[in-house]
Amino acid sequence: MYSKKNLDRQARTGMVSRRDFLKTAAAAGIVASGAGALAVPAFGAGPEDAPKRGGHFRLGLSRGSTTDTLDPAKFADVFMQSVGFAIHNYLTELTEDGELVGELAESWEPAPDATRWVFHLRKGVTFHNGKSLTAADVVASFNHHRGENSQSAAKGIVDPIASIETDGPHTVIFNLKSANADFPAITSDYHMAILPEKGGEIDPDSGIGCGGYILQNLEPGVEAVVTRNPDYWKSDRAWFDKITFLAITDTAARTNALRTGQIDAMDRVDLKTVNLLKMDPNLEVNSVDSDQIYYFPMDTQAAPFNDNNVRLALKHAVDREDLVERVLKGYGRVGNDHPIGASYRYFADLPQRQYDPDKARHYLKKAGMDSLTVDLSTSSAVFTGAVDAAVLFKEHAAQAGININVRREPADGYWDNIWRKRPWCMSYSSPRATADWFFSQYYSADAAWNDTNWKNQRFNELLVAARAELDEDKRAGMYAEMQRLIHDDGGSVAPAFSAYVSAARTNVGHGRIAMNRDMDGNRIAERWWFKD
Amino acid sequence: MNKLLMTVARRLGLGLFTLLVISLVIFLAVDMLPGDIATEILGQMATPEAVAAIRDELGLDQPIHQRYLDWLGGLMVGDLGESLATDRPVSALIDDRLMNTLYLAGLAALISVPLALGLGILAALYRNTIVDRTVSIFSLSAISMPEFFIAYVLILFFSVQLGWVPSLSKVSAEQSFLDRLELMLLPAITLTFVTCAHMMRMTRAAIINLLSSPYIEMARLKGLGPWRIVLKHTLPNAWAPIVNVVVMNLAYLITGVVVVEVVFVYPGLGQLMVDSVAKRDLPVVQAASLIFATTYILFNLIADVVSIVSNPRLLHPK
Repeated sequence: MYSKKNLDRQARTGMVSRRDFLKTAAAAGIVASGAGALAVPAFGAGPEDAPKRGGHFRLGLSRGSTTDTLDPAKFADVFMQSVGFAIHNYLTELTEDGELVGELAESWEPAPDATRWVFHLRKGVTFHNGKSLTAADVVASFNHHRGENSQSAAKGIVDPIASIETDGPHTVIFNLKSANADFPAITSDYHMAILPEKGGEIDPDSGIGCGGYILQNLEPGVEAVVTRNPDYWKSDRAWFDKITFLAITDTAARTNALRTGQIDAMDRVDLKTVNLLKMDPNLEVNSVDSDQIYYFPMDTQAAPFNDNNVRLALKHAVDREDLVERVLKGYGRVGNDHPIGASYRYFADLPQRQYDPDKARHYLKKAGMDSLTVDLSTSSAVFTGAVDAAVLFKEHAAQAGININVRREPADGYWDNIWRKRPWCMSYSSPRATADWFFSQYYSADAAWNDTNWKNQRFNELLVAARAELDEDKRAGMYAEMQRLIHDDGGSVAPAFSAYVSAARTNVGHGRIAMNRDMDGNRIAERWWFKD
Repeated sequence: MNKLLMTVARRLGLGLFTLLVISLVIFLAVDMLPGDIATEILGQMATPEAVAAIRDELGLDQPIHQRYLDWLGGLMVGDLGESLATDRPVSALIDDRLMNTLYLAGLAALISVPLALGLGILAALYRNTIVDRTVSIFSLSAISMPEFFIAYVLILFFSVQLGWVPSLSKVSAEQSFLDRLELMLLPAITLTFVTCAHMMRMTRAAIINLLSSPYIEMARLKGLGPWRIVLKHTLPNAWAPIVNVVVMNLAYLITGVVVVEVVFVYPGLGQLMVDSVAKRDLPVVQAASLIFATTYILFNLIADVVSIVSNPRLLHPK
């Protein structure tokens, strides 16, 4: 019954059709007929819903902080990410359909193989300060994240770049340390904003970009105000005249502001009261199935988790559907112990692992144990309801003779003191544009955030080989095998993907909402409009 | 009078010393918290190299006493330093928010202090009657409820249902005074609910205490009316305990309203302090806590001065 619900939910948000879309070029028809019949509002939109220009859009966001800065290397959460995508452009863009298209890059190609990427820049693009976009701006913007003294959170992403050169004013060449067929996708990351260079460097705090909106004011932790860029090169984007991003941490305050019309849209609806919110005829609740994964990483080098039988026992000891229904209130999907969800190009549809206490006992026996007692560290810092999820897991696992001690840790400093420090804890991760990106950050043996200390030789060989492989079918096969390896041998119990649930007033128009990041891929400023 | 000035001067000196101790304690306390600005800013995205680069640039690799002395040296010449997270001068960050906090505290005090005193006198005059009981029940119920609950109830009625005032109190420097007043009304009323009961109860108790003393009996026998007795003969002798409670509440209005700020999204000092502690932004934490400490020290001084002035006996301690 739960799985049927799950399927319905996926169909409602277009998830099922989405994969077809990615695989076949002719899928547009399938999506329109398949999803349209299931009443996705974005599809089959009439002419009266066509985007209109104008209006002052007020967006209430949950994660603003008084310590926010304009430096793209330090963009931390949905507030500055959304502001960043309003004022900046990037080399590439991940569309709402999950396709990678050029933004400031008109085209790109590997030359001759995937260790060297040539990007051809769009001509005639100007920054807010009037400067024309050239290859030097791109080089300086990327170099901001590179080098010995980089303070960038994106340092790990740009590490594979060996050098960057220019060829004329509109061509940039990236030389990589090793082949990477997915490199273009990395340039769509929210840190990789292109800013104007001066003397070979960018001024990261200037807030000047070439995006659809010009920054008027940023008061950290309070608000950011942007106005439309009259010279914006995209004619079908950036519809509002003015946008105010408001930092509203308190969910109830955000909800009240939306209901009383002081803001036009908000992120992170309270799932406990979302049904009441849906009853308001002036509001529309948007739930987008995302591949944001909630997982329980085990240290595969530490006892007892160094025995894969123990890991498999725990993977069979959680009732995933119960977790999705109770903790996520149904706003999510079950996970399958690997981080790659249905939106990824190389998603492998492995058989779903089920809750099976007998099997869990069986694996425990294989590990030579009758029962197992383990500590699980958790905190509200991981996600709303993380502690509930841990307690629920404890109840499920008790059926299999596994005793989980739930240890509630302080939210403050969780990522520094608990995550990757305790043998078993909880974590979450936003989806990445490619599977390779995710694996490189979390699963390769030398990854900075290899939070399971997982060092699987076959996996690491495949990871390097797949990067250099340009043949689609062969790549797909390699990624499928990597997912199976994580599923069967990896150190994470990954029971659920969460949904992004936001709300807007009904006079706000939008197309299909992207699932790669919260708030329409953080690009709400560009993509949404007022209907009236 | 000279004695009074001496007292004030001595207390100010002691206050400065207290501030120094507080700044040291806070510096050590924040330093003892696990993690630092580098790990907190990068969060889950922290790589060892990026963390080291940030620490190096901000001078966090210096020993703690060196950092404290550097900070103290800056403070002596009026330089609060720069925020570690945003590179903005701390004084600029705090400036607007301090004004906002003082505005809100001021408005709340303007409503709650006269209201509390008035109700307290009323309750004392008509003690054990229906008036006294009603006032006590209402004010005590108000203080028993957490402030966010009061705030949500006010928002529910006055913003969501009636639509009289906005639920977001996002004030800014450009707004006219009247606009500001409208935005601050609900938070100020919430704070009134929270602080009124203390002051009202103390006023009532202090007056009732005095009403049974012989000289009031005498005044009553002279045939003076009850209001005249209270205002002219009782209140001057009751000021000391009342003022003590009033200033404690005023100090609370400045330093303790972070919950109200969050619920109404009011850009005050409390939210800045909480964010800065979470990010280990030491200069901002130091500046904010010094302001809060100064508030308490000054208000306590004022309370003592008022007590002394209202009671000449305290000026000539034996």
